[in-house]
Amino acid sequence: MSFEPKIIGFLCNWCSYSGADLAGVSRIKSAPNVRVIRTMCSGRVDPTFILKAFQLGADGVVVMGCHPGDCHYQEGNYKTMRRIPFLKRIIKDFGIEQERLRLEWVSASEGDIYAKVVNEFTEEIRKLGPIKHPSCKVKLEKVLGG
Amino acid sequence: MQKPKLALYWAASCGGCEIAVLDIQEKILDVANTFDIVFWPVAMDFKYDDVRKMDDKSIDICLFNGAIRNSENEEIAHLLRQKSKTLIAFGSCAYEGGIPGLANLSSKEEMLNFVYKESPSTISVDNGFPKTHYNVQEGEIEIPELYDYVKPLKDVVAVDYYIPGCPPQPEQIWKVIEYILSGQPLPPTGSILGAGDKTCCDECPRERKEKKIKKFYRPFEIIPNPDECLLDQGIICMGPATRSGCGALCVKANVPCRGCYGAPPNCLDQGSKMISALSSVIDAHSPEEIGQVLDTIADPIGTFYRFSLAYSILKRRDIQ
Repeated sequence: MSFEPKIIGFLCNWCSYSGADLAGVSRIKSAPNVRVIRTMCSGRVDPTFILKAFQLGADGVVVMGCHPGDCHYQEGNYKTMRRIPFLKRIIKDFGIEQERLRLEWVSASEGDIYAKVVNEFTEEIRKLGPIKHPSCKVKLEKVLGG
Repeated sequence: MQKPKLALYWAASCGGCEIAVLDIQEKILDVANTFDIVFWPVAMDFKYDDVRKMDDKSIDICLFNGAIRNSENEEIAHLLRQKSKTLIAFGSCAYEGGIPGLANLSSKEEMLNFVYKESPSTISVDNGFPKTHYNVQEGEIEIPELYDYVKPLKDVVAVDYYIPGCPPQPEQIWKVIEYILSGQPLPPTGSILGAGDKTCCDECPRERKEKKIKKFYRPFEIIPNPDECLLDQGIICMGPATRSGCGALCVKANVPCRGCYGAPPNCLDQGSKMISALSSVIDAHSPEEIGQVLDTIADPIGTFYRFSLAYSILKRRDIQ
């Protein structure tokens, strides 16, 4: 059976989630591999959520938020801007490829960019293959029910 | 009336937890009067066979310190679980892997090669390398097998309670002993005893301001102001991601918190909590600037997971 990457996407409510919605209503084709979780702000995404996603078998995690300066909460996305590169350094030390974690800015009007990011990231993860870390053996199907 | 039976054991640990028990000072006499100490390898002459001969569940309280590093640690953990009514993971190593858990960042081969061959201070005359079996004139001798990874006690046996700390503070140990002796109903299984339910910052007497950090310093690089928050001054202090209970001892001595009491309540992963906390206080607003600030942190994984690596979400480095 060919490998289908399982990707968790944390999307901010104000920009990126609307951006994903726009991609949908504009009928832009995008890979179905991203399981979207809506958060009020990309700054709400605790690094623990991301590690937990990997532990539960996600092959990649993408965090999307408003462009810097556009945050609904003024500076929530600046916290994300520091947190993701910081966490990337840590997952590298744990032996997980840094490319499996990605941060992207997608505004509510950027449905096309949402689709492009999702397609690119899915292909990148497809090349990397399934997550191999020994602590990440739980299968996501069991958690999400399919 | 028969005295309750107490056992103490050390697995992969430094012996500091044993010292912490003695640090309750003259109260140790009360412990000796109240309990019948049936097993304590560091202080008294008992053999493993003495424990094997005991009835199941005959030990009332077993304080188990140290992580599970080799087959002997695991064997005795199973044995003591079988013989004890209440098994307590005592100290950071038994609770969350502790300092020995940092070995999970290297493979067993890397570690043994460095220690027995490559380290600059090693002079190996006969290329000695540990083996589990060895033949001598008298017959074959056997030593325990080193495991690939360090595990906390709860990964091999069911643990009733945890007492965190490296080492647990003597007054906290005494409080737990007093509580158990008082005959009050015991807390639910899995509880953390002898510690608070806030963070170390809650006990810290230093003055806190709004934090804006442009550069991190290692403790030897600056002389910290004794009254101001250490993190405000750019020294990585694990206080915000560490459970209270020690009385903020290190920070009172002008040394940053190292995180030995483990993650605060409702936190799954101490290191990622610390990343979250630090990300909020770094004063940088572009990827390049952020990279420069992060570069000033020496050994992030070893600092944020100093005691809790083997207990964290990912537990170890993927070695391939």
